[in-house]
Formats: sequence, structure tokens, C-alpha cells
Amino acid sequence: MQKITQTQLIDKAASLLKDGTVSCVLGWSKGEFDYDITPAVFKTEEELKDGFVWNDFCGANFSKYLIEKTRKTEGKILVFLKPCDTYSFNQLLTEHRFDREKVYAVGIPCEGMVDVEKVKVACGDGIIKIDCGEKIAVTTLYADKPIELDAKDVLLERCVNCKSKKHVAYDELLGEEGEVLESARFDEVEKLEAMTPDERFAFWQNELSRCIRCNACRDVCPACTCEKCVFNNPQSGVENKSPANSFEEKMFHIIRAYHVAGRCTDCGECSRVCPQNIPLHLLNRKFIKDMNEFYGEYQAGSEVGQRAPLVNYTTDDVEPGEVFDRGDIDA
Amino acid sequence: MQMNEYKPLIVAFCCNWCSYAGADLAGNNRLNYPADVKIIRVPCSCRVNPMFILRAFQRGADGVIICGCHPGDCHYTSGNYYTRRRMAMLFSMLDYLGIEKERTRVEWVSAAEGAKFAATMNDFAEKVAALGENKRLEDLRCKR
Ligand code: SF4
Ligand code: SF4
Ligand code: FES
Repeated sequence: MQKITQTQLIDKAASLLKDGTVSCVLGWSKGEFDYDITPAVFKTEEELKDGFVWNDFCGANFSKYLIEKTRKTEGKILVFLKPCDTYSFNQLLTEHRFDREKVYAVGIPCEGMVDVEKVKVACGDGIIKIDCGEKIAVTTLYADKPIELDAKDVLLERCVNCKSKKHVAYDELLGEEGEVLESARFDEVEKLEAMTPDERFAFWQNELSRCIRCNACRDVCPACTCEKCVFNNPQSGVENKSPANSFEEKMFHIIRAYHVAGRCTDCGECSRVCPQNIPLHLLNRKFIKDMNEFYGEYQAGSEVGQRAPLVNYTTDDVEPGEVFDRGDIDA
Repeated sequence: MQMNEYKPLIVAFCCNWCSYAGADLAGNNRLNYPADVKIIRVPCSCRVNPMFILRAFQRGADGVIICGCHPGDCHYTSGNYYTRRRMAMLFSMLDYLGIEKERTRVEWVSAAEGAKFAATMNDFAEKVAALGENKRLEDLRCKR
């Protein structure tokens, strides 16, 4: 259950459209089902009333859309940003990916978004309707009455380990501002680190071999914004799923995670969109954790203009051989 | 010696200004190091894109070593400081994925250190040989 209501957001957007502050609105719209909320552009109040949605399934982060939209749109774009989205917003500004002047950002509070995969596990097949009220009420083909779930039990992984309820960028804030949180987001990474190399290899072999190379994780990522991507190059040898072996997905995943290392804000979009439920955040967070430990605490996107650890150095950094000796470094 | 004794294939990226000259010196001094070490000359250790290392493994390398000038001595002032961070990150990630950590190494070798070059290669080749073939990052499509 979100504290701010859909009506409040529609009213805000409609009034900004009316007084000419913005020329269009980037928002969530209803998809085929109640849970596949899709990003959309709204130009009039009628369109907003018709299609704008704000509920527990509005996980989509709009920051990346601004790159293309700001180029194509006359006037300003209104964008609603949840706290975690504002980090991506700042990171993109740091990388000069869009013109800040063309955006009107409204920060909105977020109580955590629901993972429909978890709902499916809890309620079984045949979901025909989901109502997001105090409780999540799921109507399915097979149950005789709606199944009620507590949103807290079916949150997206990234919301379970939410890193901040504080907005780091906005022109205007609706609702109450929150705090940067202490999260347990590195716990899973630590568990993996404690395993033997063989166990780790088996774990990742099992996870990564499920990858179908749909590239959704790359497409959604607000840090992955190159216009031409090596993974689209047929000469690269890693442009699609190979039928015969398992190397190319390891290569893909190492490169994907490495490419965003230092720029990944841990927004969690990649893990959210993966159709195979591969825990991509465990790769990203490994890099984040390592960088924090070796080069000092760093949160990408917390300020505009920060210098990321991988484009920086000190003369007494750890040697690559020492990284295996974790005990020494933590001290 | 058996005909089919296993010999590891090792790729060594050597920066032009120090380590490649170090390898030269090792040769001039008639120091022995394994012939299975294939040297690739790069202008600076920071020229080595992490992708090169993955690519080497994909194409059948059993171990990959990067040699550059000592920190502070890079011909381009700061190249090897970036190498150091990049490789620290990459090696840590490979380890996290369960790839044997002895298969990758960074070593700083100056132009005067022919002996260090030979010793490093001997030691590295021995460690990699002990691990055997690279199974975890191999690509069947590229099998020799
Ligand atoms: S890698 Fe994943 S968590 Fe990181 S910025 Fe990209 S989508 Fe967000
Ligand atoms: S979204 Fe998932 S299945 Fe698709 S390429 Fe990424 S990891 Fe693979
Ligand atoms: S020139 Fe040797 S490491 Fe840069």
C-alpha cells in the first residue's frame, strides 16, 4: 500500500500540464494485467485519467527513458521518481546523458514494490485480478475468494533490502522525505564468499546457465546507456545464446556487471526484469562491496559529479594478488 | 619425457616499456622460462581490457598474467595504477564465480629485471600446470 495516492499524482501532473510547466508526463500505465505496469507518456489530462497508474507494481525506474525523451520532446518532461530512482537520475547527470533543464522531477515516497513472481508462488496460477489496498487481494481462476497477502511478504528483492528512502534529486517533493537506510544487502554476497570455490562455481553455473540472453537486464539498466553495444555485434562471439557450451553467458555476465561497476546504483532493475530470475544483484553488489572495502565507501548517484572508483586511483591501492586474502583487507 | 605430457598455455600481456624489455633481458641472459608462455606486447599495462583476459581464457589459455612497470614508473605516469584497480576488481569477481585464483596474476617487472621475469614465469607456469587444464572458462567452440 503506497502512502501517496494515484489521484494525488494525477492531479499534480494535470496541473503542471495545464500551467505549461511541462509538455508531457512520463508515468506508469496499465498493461494487459494488473501487475504488468508499463512506462508510458501522457500528454493530456484525459490520457492521465484513462491510463495513469500508481500502485504496488510501479517498480519501473524512468531515469533511463529521459535520455531519449529529452532529445525528442519540446519543453519539459515531468517525471515521477521514487527514492531509488533518484540515484540513477543523478548518475545519468554525472555522465552527461541528458539535459537537466528539460526535466521537471517530482520525488514521491515509496513503501516498497511488489514482486509478482512472489505473488505467483503464493497464489498459484491463473491470476486474473490484483487489487492493491491495505492488503494485496489476488483473484485467481481457481480460488473461490480473493487471496489476501501482506505486501511486506512479497516485496521485490531490492525493496526488501532498500538502501534509501531519501530522494537525492528533485524539483519538488510530494509527501514526506525519508532517510538513507542501513540495509542487509551484502549478506547474500558474504554467504557466497564464505563458500569454497567449487561450491561457488556450482552455484553460478546453475544460475547463469538459465540465462536465455534476452538482454533485458542490459536494456533496462540506467547505467547501460551505450548506443552501440558489444552484445549486438555478431563478430563478438557473445551476441546470443550458444547451443553448445556455457562460457558465453559467464562472459556476458562478467562483462555486463563489470561495465557498470562503479556506476551501478544498485537500483535493482536488472534482477526485477530477468525472466529467468537470475540474481544479477549478487554480481553488482559484489563489485560494490569490493570497491567499498578497497577504495572507501562509495554510493553511485548520491551526488552529481562524483568520481567513480574505477576512474580514480591512489598510489597505495591494494595489489590484485592481495584481493584473495580478504582477512587482511577488511582490517 | 612422455610425448603427450600436459603443458599449460599461458598468455602474458607485457607492457612495451618495462616488462617486454625485461623479457628481452631474460632472453639475452639465456635465462630459461617455459616456451608455453606466449607474450603479447601492449603499449602499457592499462591497455589490457578485462575483456582481453576473458577472451584469452575463452580461446584456450590456462593462465593469464599481466606484467607492467612498477607502480610509479609507468611510461604514461598513471596507467598501471588503473590496471591495478581494474585487475583487482576482475580477479576478485573471477574468484567469486569460482574460477581458480592461481590462473590470473599481475606482476610488476622492470626493464632491468630479466631474472625476475624468468622466475615469475617459471613460478606461474608451475602453479597453472598443477591446476591442469582450464575447464571453467573454456569455450567448446574454440577448442584446439
Ligand atoms: S546493473 Fe542493475 S542494479 Fe545496477 S544500475 Fe543497472 S539495472 Fe540498476
Ligand atoms: S534478463 Fe536474465 S535471461 Fe535475460 S539476458 Fe539478462 S540474465 Fe539473461
Ligand atoms: S607503460 Fe608500463 S605499465 Fe604503463
